[in-house]
Amino acid sequence: MFYREAGDFKTSYRDDSQTFPIRLDRMGYYILMFVAFLVVPFFINDYWVNAVFAPFLIYAIAALGLNILTGYAGQVSLGTGGFMAVGAYASYKLMTSFPEVSILIHIILAGGITAVVGVAFGLPSLRIKGFYLAVATLAAQFFLVWVFNKVPWFYNYSASGQINAPERSVFGVIVTGPNTEAWAKYMICLVFVVVLAWVARNLTRGMMGRKWMGIRDMDIAAEIIGVNPLMAKMSAFAVSSFFVGIAGALFFTVYLGAAEAGEAFGITKSFLILFMIIIGGLGSIFGSFAGAAFMVLMPVFLKNVLVGGLGWPTDLAAHFEFMIVGGLIVVFLIVEPHGLAQLWRLTKEKLRLWPFPH
Amino acid sequence: MTTTTDMNADSYVTADGRTIGPVVMDMKNITLRFGGVVAIKDISFDIREGEIRAIIGPNGAGKSSMLNVISGFYKPQEGEVWFRGEKRPPMKPYQVARQGLARTFQNIALFDGMTVLDNIMTGRLNHMKANLLQQAIWKGKAEREEIANREICEKVIDFLEIQHIRKTPVGRLPYGLKKRVELARALAAQPSLLLLDEPMAGMNVEEKEDMSRFILDMNDEFGTTIALIEHDMGVVMDLSDRVVVMDYGKKIGDGTPDEVRNNQDVIDAYLGVSHD
Repeated sequence: MFYREAGDFKTSYRDDSQTFPIRLDRMGYYILMFVAFLVVPFFINDYWVNAVFAPFLIYAIAALGLNILTGYAGQVSLGTGGFMAVGAYASYKLMTSFPEVSILIHIILAGGITAVVGVAFGLPSLRIKGFYLAVATLAAQFFLVWVFNKVPWFYNYSASGQINAPERSVFGVIVTGPNTEAWAKYMICLVFVVVLAWVARNLTRGMMGRKWMGIRDMDIAAEIIGVNPLMAKMSAFAVSSFFVGIAGALFFTVYLGAAEAGEAFGITKSFLILFMIIIGGLGSIFGSFAGAAFMVLMPVFLKNVLVGGLGWPTDLAAHFEFMIVGGLIVVFLIVEPHGLAQLWRLTKEKLRLWPFPH
Repeated sequence: MTTTTDMNADSYVTADGRTIGPVVMDMKNITLRFGGVVAIKDISFDIREGEIRAIIGPNGAGKSSMLNVISGFYKPQEGEVWFRGEKRPPMKPYQVARQGLARTFQNIALFDGMTVLDNIMTGRLNHMKANLLQQAIWKGKAEREEIANREICEKVIDFLEIQHIRKTPVGRLPYGLKKRVELARALAAQPSLLLLDEPMAGMNVEEKEDMSRFILDMNDEFGTTIALIEHDMGVVMDLSDRVVVMDYGKKIGDGTPDEVRNNQDVIDAYLGVSHD
């Protein structure tokens, strides 16, 4: 009844192509931003930031990145974990080599370095497609993790082979290291998420996004209309890896604090993020967030219900958690193969007509 | 095999008052082989500015291959392609598109996951220059360009009468409308030469009439040069200024519809010839 576009006339193409064309959506978005920036930081504590918000926000960035590559440009990648490792190790090397430079710049540079690596490993995509490309990127995953374990220069010759994030601050607020306050961790992730989501939206609604989707839907037609397949695919790999690299850098510096390539950025990470975008919805910005939220929140929720609510032993709950999450993924894919984003779209279509179905 | 003297002039005016200009695309002695199969055998013909040029022939005559040579998909083993008075070096299809060529496909080749509007906007991509960073920021050049090009696309949408499906994903549309959207996408590029591969295949009489009207209007209003492949002889004879007839990879006729209709080789190819 309230959620509708009737009466909300668009008189310019600019208005017509805005991100949230329906007034209620716009209001919801502003309220969400208000709560995220001005309410949550005052109530957040260590548990919430470490269990929920930091992983959700960081995975959302990685999912956005992979969604650009797989969902929009149609290039399957199983190398996400490896590219996150590149971001993490790049930020580590930058932080330890140039301690006087702001960490924000380090994180962005780490994204840039990952973009270059991503383009290099994306080159085979010009000749191979689908499953074969997935295998090629899988090689990237194992190769990158192997390199970070084998070459001591990457972990500054530390005895444990681990990398540890030194303490760094932004505007006088500590954001990395063990002394970081919960709200600071949350805020730095939030700022990156909001800016990158905005960038992803801008790229995908404009000509770049159309080139990517053209390559995804019908590469021959895209080429005949003037899309250079090399540039389109390489830009998708670059932008995607940039996002994933930033996610990796944040994951290591802000969230983990200490990391080892094989453990933190193994193949399971690649699959986790792939699941996120499949469950959330391929080719959808909202879907990246929904998928990340689902994969992060579901285990936390189950643990709270099973251990906290039903009083099960922790180990039993942990095993059940795996089974339930796995089962839910299968159910979801059967019920709605296009993911949470499609469910959300259908709900909105229904809402538009509610309460009069005709 | 153009016989009338005025058609060999640099430009002339047709009976219905359209001006046909000089040669835009000149195919010289094109031969295309796939292994041992000769798809096109030593064919030459030209396309003049502002005209509607039809390529006809029985199935397997090499018409689509010819179109693929023009649009850069196939590289002929022999022969030269001259575009606007210059010999065209071997090019990728997207480079050909930048020269101002657009085409539609025999089997519709639209982007199913995108809306009609987005599909048509892809036709504008050679006219949009904002770089990656400008697009990421959106405000400024990218947005201005988007709006300016949206206006051109909206004109095409109005012209082809598909306003009502602007925001519908293409995958949901019926066949006839898809054909029209594909034409819109090609037209949005404002091509100097438009290639149509069987624009009326699988259509009913009404849809064919609509499509014929669009083709004529495009040619008339925008002065678009059109080369088309079509099997419906009535349509071809009514629409086109000149016709090339192919059979088994060879050119067997070239000229105005009337000349082609009375060409003995063409009649033989279509009706068969008795060997006694």
